[in-house]
Amino acid sequence: MESKYNPVFWLQNICQMIGGMILGACSMVGVISIFIYDTVRHMVTPPWYPSKIWNQFISIGFFSLAVVGMTALFSGMVIALQSYTGFARFNAEGAVANVVVLTITRELAPVLAGLMLAARVGASIAAEIGTMKVTEQIDALRTLNVNPMKYLVVPRVLAGVIMLPILVFIADIIGVMGGWLVGVYVLDFSSVSYIKQTLDFVEWSDVNSGLIKAAVFGLIVTLMGCYHGYNSGRGAQGVGRATTNAVVSSAILILIFNYILTQVLFS
Amino acid sequence: MTDYKIQMKDVYKSFGEKHILRGIDLNVERGTSMVIIGGSGTGKSVTLKCVLGLMHPDSGSIKIDDQETTDFGEKDRDEMMKKFGMLFQGGALFDSLPVWENVAFGLIHAEGMSKYDAHDVAIEKLRAVGLGAKVAENFPAELSGGMQKRVSLARAIATNPEIIFFDEPTTGLDPIMADVINDLIVQCVKDLGATALTITHDMSSVRKIADNVALLHEGKIEWTGSIKNLSRSGNAYVDQFIHGRADGPIMKHAGATE
Repeated sequence: MESKYNPVFWLQNICQMIGGMILGACSMVGVISIFIYDTVRHMVTPPWYPSKIWNQFISIGFFSLAVVGMTALFSGMVIALQSYTGFARFNAEGAVANVVVLTITRELAPVLAGLMLAARVGASIAAEIGTMKVTEQIDALRTLNVNPMKYLVVPRVLAGVIMLPILVFIADIIGVMGGWLVGVYVLDFSSVSYIKQTLDFVEWSDVNSGLIKAAVFGLIVTLMGCYHGYNSGRGAQGVGRATTNAVVSSAILILIFNYILTQVLFS
Repeated sequence: MTDYKIQMKDVYKSFGEKHILRGIDLNVERGTSMVIIGGSGTGKSVTLKCVLGLMHPDSGSIKIDDQETTDFGEKDRDEMMKKFGMLFQGGALFDSLPVWENVAFGLIHAEGMSKYDAHDVAIEKLRAVGLGAKVAENFPAELSGGMQKRVSLARAIATNPEIIFFDEPTTGLDPIMADVINDLIVQCVKDLGATALTITHDMSSVRKIADNVALLHEGKIEWTGSIKNLSRSGNAYVDQFIHGRADGPIMKHAGATE
């Protein structure tokens, strides 16, 4: 007779649970892959909706400028302070400008901008599309002969892929300015030599690698927002869960892909 | 060509272990108004969505104008959708767009009409459902439930569809507004010469808009016939439903499965 105190029964349960999780993960990867394929297919085939795409450029790009700019500014300032106090231990304070520009362009600007976008844009995309789903607005689009993938998903994904690199480029400049502000006004560096050292040290490959990462992160954030919104459950709870899942999955994927891209770009 | 605009034969649809449609057979004659009645959870919405192509049946045949639709690809489905208009239960108006753009949405995005021309058509359609031009610039959230239903009806008829679907058109409305919507539905369907398929459990709606009625119970059509024969159908399920009795085969069965 099966008993819950029987070790074999426990082992069976654990194996069943792990198996279920693996199958669930495989199934989810499959469903997301089909979603990505559909998005790309609709991206390259007409009709397109230029006004919707433009609206998303403004919504995702322009309206994220303040939050991304603030994040970059204070990150640059903190790196300048931290690296100064750290490097002072082995008399390398002069490398502060180099560390700031390298850290900002290669890592912090794309990753933090991606995470901020996940919080601001990913959540809003999931909530908006999720609400449209539960109020039958997506079904209404279909009955009006408008493909929801083309009308809702493609403009957002395009805007994410194109606007996040632009935001990151601006964040690079603001972040370096943050480091310069602390370097000059707190740590008493010479303004001219700080700027000269920054410009001499930074290479286009540093900036480009950050922009490539940004494009991938933009894709991740908007795709996850659209996917979770599109597959949202019923009612307020379903939309809430979709929003949470969009933000959490975007954040985790950004960190995983950051490592993979760093490995690929700098190996 | 048969006289039927919509033909459903042996249509099945399940969600996991839940069997919603269990062999639906239903024919809707060209230019007539068919109303499907039945209690909550009997599969009315799923039936409608299967005909619309928003859901794919597990098996069975659904024909529109004698054309099998269950094996349609994306392109054929898009062509078929041009024949359809739909009024959703909750209106399903796009809250980010003004009323006129909601009404003209299909004209602008699916038929490629200019916004200028589509605006004029939208005003005309709004007038047809008893709304003035002033409402056109409002957003759906600024309208009452009855007005939202009218806007949704205007959107459903904007492209002059051949078939119009109505999903619980009077739900959530007071009896007077419900009667106004019923009158508008009859008028719009008549003016367009369209075929109408409605799902509802509102009997006053049924009496007003139906030419034919089908009773759906546990995923099957239990009875179908002319509205004239509804009160003398001799069917225990129909009698119980139209008189709203607690006792009868419907509740007994529902109680037994719960």
